[in-house]
Amino acid sequence: MVQMAVQEAVVVVTNKSKKIKLVYGWLRALVIGAAIMASGSIVSVRATVLPDERVDLLGHVYDGGGIQVSGPSVLVRKNFGGVVSVSGHYYVDMVSSASIDVQYSKSAQDLISGASKYSEERLEKNISVEYIHDRSTFNLGYTTSEENDYNAKTYNFGVSQAFFGDLTTLSFGLGFGQDQVGKNQNGKPDPAFRVLEKDRRKYTLGLSQIITKNLIADLSIDAGSDHCTNPLENDSCLNNPQRQVRYVSNSAKGFDWQAEKYPLTHNTDAIGLRAIYHLPYRASIRADIRRFTDNWGVEAKNAELRYTQEVYKDVLVEVKYRVYSQTAADFYSDLFPYRNAQDFLARDKELSQFSSQSIGLGVTYKMPWAIPGFDKSTANFYWDHMKIDYDNFHDFNNFMKEGGFEEGDENLYSLDADVLRFYLSFWF
Amino acid sequence: MNLKRVSFGLLLLGTLSACGYIKPIKPWVKPYERQNIADPIMSFSRDPISDSYLSHVRDAREGASGADGGAGGGCGCN
Repeated sequence: MVQMAVQEAVVVVTNKSKKIKLVYGWLRALVIGAAIMASGSIVSVRATVLPDERVDLLGHVYDGGGIQVSGPSVLVRKNFGGVVSVSGHYYVDMVSSASIDVQYSKSAQDLISGASKYSEERLEKNISVEYIHDRSTFNLGYTTSEENDYNAKTYNFGVSQAFFGDLTTLSFGLGFGQDQVGKNQNGKPDPAFRVLEKDRRKYTLGLSQIITKNLIADLSIDAGSDHCTNPLENDSCLNNPQRQVRYVSNSAKGFDWQAEKYPLTHNTDAIGLRAIYHLPYRASIRADIRRFTDNWGVEAKNAELRYTQEVYKDVLVEVKYRVYSQTAADFYSDLFPYRNAQDFLARDKELSQFSSQSIGLGVTYKMPWAIPGFDKSTANFYWDHMKIDYDNFHDFNNFMKEGGFEEGDENLYSLDADVLRFYLSFWF
Repeated sequence: MNLKRVSFGLLLLGTLSACGYIKPIKPWVKPYERQNIADPIMSFSRDPISDSYLSHVRDAREGASGADGGAGGGCGCN
């Protein structure tokens, strides 16, 4: 192909000088294209190439709403024979305290004395295999998540196909999960609680398109379904068994508690569109939007804007802003009017109506020195701050400590959280 | 009615295309023009370990999930 182009170019050059520039331009484009493709940097543009071989070591901290969650995470990816990529992921969450909607479901005495504090640990392990054939990519994944009161196994399968000169990539994925839901009492499994089981299914359709030489867009459509597989009457496996709802009563406090009751299935749909644009001076701007609905009455939408800029030769800076809002589930209430007020009862603040804003800052530093065995190394620090304002979940904490409020008329709850990520990445 | 219109439109497009009046769309971004697209700052997930953690935090704090590139590993974090 290149040889033919060169021969044709030579003939034309000897004829008319006007065409020289045109042919020279084509020749130059061909040579540059061939050189770039030979270096492997462009062929690896979107699909049909294996991911980079790398090791990542991450430390993470979440601090907000009286909860601290921290832990390490490790990711290792290694390629074999140019067609197979294997990755392993190890992740730990160490949780210092229960969420406010779980914590204050306990008795008022527990709340005031702080006796309801607890800590727990979650361990997640994943192995994934990716196989490439021509312009198709197949991947298989297996993930386990273990807590002392909750175990989950997830199997993932996906396939993607690049076409249209590798400008378009179509992908399809499905996930199947099996969970066991338990309940703890004083840090140990509650013998009176029957372990519940649930299945999770998730289907994903994705379309990635290179629109111009500076613009890429991704469209994702997800459909998910969770359901209980061994329910008896009054069982509810899709909620946290520790959490309770409160209702107005004639007790001295003016209210009382009863167990949550959720539907046995949860069907979700989400559609997301995101685009990223390359700006001069090695910068990019990215926009994400997403819409979510489920059969519980929750409708959510979010949008995010992210800017990445190389400020020095080896330093990347990232700034982002995100907004999120959702409506409440049909069966959510912070205070029900009486016991068993409806068939389904929830007081999970994640099912209430709320909105949040987040800002994020991050720095990636490419280490200038060579570490033996690695081609490239980076040190990264990212900080996100979230502010969540709940529209119908009240600050029960202040109510209990300070008093002076009528039940259900406490101040609305709001939450500020910091999310920190520090990680080292090594490419080999 | 709508089905007839769609069928007619497709037939018309096919005929015009077969007669050479409509040229097939070709990839408009050539391989040698993809230098910017190949830049790591154009990746939707430059560092998967970091992105999957943030996605997990959001899933635990929000009622919505999915369509954000994450696989979802399952946890009792609700």
